[in-house]
Amino acid sequence: MVKHIQALGAWGLDVTSGFGRATLVWWRALWGRPDFRDGPRLFLQQIYFVGVYSLIITVVSGVLIGMVLALQGYTVLVRFGAESALGQFVSLTLLRELGPVVAALLFAGRAGSALTAEIGLMKATEQLASMEMIGVDPLRRVLRPRLLAGILSMPLLAQIFNAVAIWGAVMVGVHWLGVDAGSFWSNMQSAVDFSADVVNGLVKSVVFGVVVTWIAVYQGYDSVPTSAGISAATTRTVVHSSLAVLALDFFPHRRDVRRDLIICLLHNKLFH
Amino acid sequence: MQQRQLELAVGVFILLGIIALAFLALKVSGLSFQDARRDTYTVTAEFNNIGGLKPRAKVSIAGVTVGQVTNIGLDPLSARAVVSMAIDKDVDYLTTDSIAGIKTAGVLGEQYISISVGGAPDVLEDGGKIRDTQSAVILEDLIGKFMTSMGSKE
Repeated sequence: MVKHIQALGAWGLDVTSGFGRATLVWWRALWGRPDFRDGPRLFLQQIYFVGVYSLIITVVSGVLIGMVLALQGYTVLVRFGAESALGQFVSLTLLRELGPVVAALLFAGRAGSALTAEIGLMKATEQLASMEMIGVDPLRRVLRPRLLAGILSMPLLAQIFNAVAIWGAVMVGVHWLGVDAGSFWSNMQSAVDFSADVVNGLVKSVVFGVVVTWIAVYQGYDSVPTSAGISAATTRTVVHSSLAVLALDFFPHRRDVRRDLIICLLHNKLFH
Repeated sequence: MQQRQLELAVGVFILLGIIALAFLALKVSGLSFQDARRDTYTVTAEFNNIGGLKPRAKVSIAGVTVGQVTNIGLDPLSARAVVSMAIDKDVDYLTTDSIAGIKTAGVLGEQYISISVGGAPDVLEDGGKIRDTQSAVILEDLIGKFMTSMGSKE
């Protein structure tokens, strides 16, 4: 019994000190004088590795998810004669919830795991230690551009995801299933508000970008410098950041979405 | 050479993101810069009940949109709703005896303000007030009246 309580305490200490180390990594990486000589070049390089490399998977899954949403939404809505509300259904779902979340999950899997593995291997091969030896702070030199690149790339990827997903929904809904293009777009425009939906999604994706890259970079820096340790750290990155994204997504605006959907269904059911 | 390609790819990536955001703002949420730029003047009206009227609802004359609701408040003395509307400058023929009514697009749709222009010689200036108003029709009240009249007949 005492042993179990002790184990619980050890676990609690472990988690707390993990949070502390993560905060210290974050603080020491971003705090301090910006490096104007090499900073911009490293930053660009990392946007390339983190953002541009994630572009293809984001675009492909965006189109497919948009198409699936349109198809699925259509089969439900057409039963109520409400297929003209498809644009509204797809765009609100994507902008408020699905876009930022799925883009962040893909980002965690594609870029987050790569960041962790790269930094973990740098640590295992003692590149980080040798940097310290020659007086270069690895936190600023290695971690800072990666953190900043992730924070910039995530919102861009999420917006691209939303745009191509809506395009995919238009392809399936309008061109294939034959929803009227005019009512599709006008319903969408009257239902979607710029500040409440588009900006809200943008803010969400910035938060997700911060969380995912932070977890990825910290796990890499904190990994046990062996091959097993790096593989465990990579797994932890994907699991922790996916769970963090899903948990954080649960805070805002759950009620509004349900209310809008119910109103639009009722409206179309009764009067068309 | 390699650096140039990398910068180019990053530039294209950032551009794509901005284009996507612009698409979402303009095409999906229907945000338009023209509305903000257009010259307007403000007119207020008091209603007994505005139903589900919201800021940014459209203001129309004979079905043609001429402005939008900018603000909704409550007059503390009369406890009536005060609705401010921004009307396009070109619409300078709103007479002082115009009537503003809250109408609904479809029966459960968005609510908007419809103005019928009267025949008085004076027109409303900036900050003017429309005196004749018709409140929103509340569906529940109508159904209630209908039910009671049905009940009294029997």
